[in-house]
Amino acid sequence: MDEEYDVIVLGTGLKECILSGLLSVDGLKVLHMDRNDYYGGESTSLNLIQLWRRFRGNDKPPAHLGSSRDYNVDMIPKFMMANGTLVRVLIHTDVTKYLYFKAVDGSYVFNKGKVHKVPATDMEALKSPLMGIFEKRRARKFFIYVQDYDEKDPKTHEGLDLTRVTTRELIAKYGLDDNTVDFIGHALALHRDDRYLNEPALDTVKRMKLYAESLARFQGGSPYIYPLYGLGELPQAFARLSAVYGGTYMLNKPECKVEFNEEGKVIGVTSEGETARCKKVVCDPSYLPNKVRKVGRVARAIAIMSHPIPNTNDSHSVQVILPQKQLGRKSDMYLFCCSYSHNVAPKGKFIAFVSTEAETDHPETELKPGIDLLGPVDEIFFDVYDRYEPVNEPSLDNCFISTSYDATTHFESTVMDVLNMYTLITGKVLDLSVDLSAASAAEE
Amino acid sequence: MARPGNKIIQAKLVLLGDMGTGKTSLVLRFVKGQFFENQEPTIGAAFFTQILSLQEATVKFDIWDTAGQERYHSLAPMYYRGAAAAVVVFDIASKDTFIRAKKWVEELQRQGNSNLVMALVANKSDLEPSREVDTEEGEEFAQENGMFYIETSAKTAENINDLFYEIAQRLAKACPSKPSTMNLNNEVQHRRKLFCCFG
Ligand SMILES: Cc1cc2nc3c(=O)[nH]c(=O)nc-3n(C[C@H](O)[C@H](O)[C@H](O)COP(=O)(O)OP(=O)(O)OC[C@H]3O[C@@H](n4cnc5c(N)ncnc54)[C@H](O)[C@@H]3O)c2cc1C
Ligand SMILES: Nc1nc2c(ncn2[C@@H]2O[C@H](COP(=O)(O)OP(=O)(O)OP(=O)(O)O)[C@@H](O)[C@H]2O)c(=O)[nH]1
Ligand SMILES: [Mg+2]
Repeated sequence: MDEEYDVIVLGTGLKECILSGLLSVDGLKVLHMDRNDYYGGESTSLNLIQLWRRFRGNDKPPAHLGSSRDYNVDMIPKFMMANGTLVRVLIHTDVTKYLYFKAVDGSYVFNKGKVHKVPATDMEALKSPLMGIFEKRRARKFFIYVQDYDEKDPKTHEGLDLTRVTTRELIAKYGLDDNTVDFIGHALALHRDDRYLNEPALDTVKRMKLYAESLARFQGGSPYIYPLYGLGELPQAFARLSAVYGGTYMLNKPECKVEFNEEGKVIGVTSEGETARCKKVVCDPSYLPNKVRKVGRVARAIAIMSHPIPNTNDSHSVQVILPQKQLGRKSDMYLFCCSYSHNVAPKGKFIAFVSTEAETDHPETELKPGIDLLGPVDEIFFDVYDRYEPVNEPSLDNCFISTSYDATTHFESTVMDVLNMYTLITGKVLDLSVDLSAASAAEE
Repeated sequence: MARPGNKIIQAKLVLLGDMGTGKTSLVLRFVKGQFFENQEPTIGAAFFTQILSLQEATVKFDIWDTAGQERYHSLAPMYYRGAAAAVVVFDIASKDTFIRAKKWVEELQRQGNSNLVMALVANKSDLEPSREVDTEEGEEFAQENGMFYIETSAKTAENINDLFYEIAQRLAKACPSKPSTMNLNNEVQHRRKLFCCFG
């Protein structure tokens, strides 16, 4: 350990592992440590025994739930957009070869008290009760505008400058009703609250395009994909990338105290009486609690069930978005369900998550509208956790701290944080404009 | 290379064993027919693919080398996950590496995949004069643990192909069923348009 590194990374959460991998590939000398004896930090996946230890103290999991090893319960459940930035990072780094993915069966939305499929084909759209026939025609015009919109080609802009026009103004042009707007903003553009309505429309248009392109990419019933054995595989795959490029890995390192000089610049990390020197530290908020502030809290429930979520057409993996307005809340609620079909539970078992940005201290009450949609559960766990963001100035202390994971069920915000950190650390922009068709041509 | 009409088995194979026992050398000999007297500790490449054609099947190996994460006991569980075969390597000229090999076998058994094809490989058989581990000792341990035992030399190529053929043969018999998964690098096959579909 008594060596000098370019970067010491603390914590093996997904963000830290992606960065560790990217930095090692860049030729930097990386030491990656974690205080836990497992990979993944907060974004790990737990087996049944670990899950019980975390939420039930000394109780043992009941035998009828099956073998502990067959469970991989995500602590930060999320799906990946098939055409999203995380997939681009996976392809860019060639980490795809360590992982196996399957499409997610369905994407649903809660609308007027009922769960509806977000249409994935023409036929589904025609039959969908989400909109009336006249509303469908109006919406179609708007969708065609979005589909044809090309940032670089002013001819497709129809005279609108989407960096100035707000989403509300853009949608008003098409005369869509509030229910449709809610559906577009939350189930397609995946906004977490209603602030987007007063922000420039470009972001929403891009998000809608991402949804459509992801849906088009594979033949699933949703734009999402998910790795076999759970998300805990992702940090491990990037850690392997880092190791393959010379990164040194040490788990189970207690303390991991970050050391500073008189100017407040980082000089190394001490664990078990040994100090490894370094120029920069990359870590999750738990390793530098004095340099972060609390920005919110996530309330969540984790349920083990013996059936899929009702009214989702027997989907073995599914997301249901409950837009805030439908519940009279400030932020959306998310249902996420996975099962043995993605090897995260034994045959016949399903893992469901309900999560939202906490608005009270009572997750059980707050999450009720989501939990009511689950039907009977075998077991359920409740939890509230804090979210942090860094408040330090990295150019002064050379500490690069990630932001805690949010309640959304996809990775777009996660990867944006990673890419920004990468740029702060290296001064470079990661070029992810991978041509997906070129990647497949190079493959075989 | 694949023979038409016979079944294709995609199999993940993992290498385990102490530093310097010749894991990387074994694979390079098998995949590329090369051997380097001064093989560097594994950095940069730790994933290989190779196809073996048998009478009854074509086996497509995805070979995982450890990349050094095991050095500080930090090998990730994903390394073993879904593996169809494991090759545990020791150096016949070092008793210590045999003791470490036994630890790896225990670790593999903890993973509890009963279909796993396991090989115990006594490498560097060209170093006979400095042998520290007897053949009988290795064979006995392998037998007790449901593994097959083979002595190889990545340097002279002795038994290297036999090692992988034997594994392929055993895999063809067991024929592990693989869940069907997608290739992320594949381009869109059916371009569907969401945005024309309403109305
Ligand atoms: C197994 C475990 C799970 C936890 N899960 C949560 C949680 O879901 N929500 C929550 O608010 N607090 C969680 N905590 C944090 C816990 O409530 C204390 O706030 C924290 O451990 C206090 O820091 P410490 O110095 O005692 O331990 P530390 O050594 O700082 O942390 C111990 C472990 O807790 C994890 N941890 C720390 N903060 C969080 C967090 N916010 N979310 C998830 N993991 C965290 C770390 O990654 C580490 O694995 C968890 C702690 C443990 C040990
Ligand atoms: N004499 C002899 N030397 C060998 C043989 N196989 C490997 N070596 C040498 O042993 C050394 C280590 O070989 P590697 O293939 O790097 O071993 P490894 O197990 O991959 O090592 P790590 O990647 O560090 O864990 C190299 O110097 C090789 O040339 C063999 O069969 N006979
Ligand atoms: Mg090696």
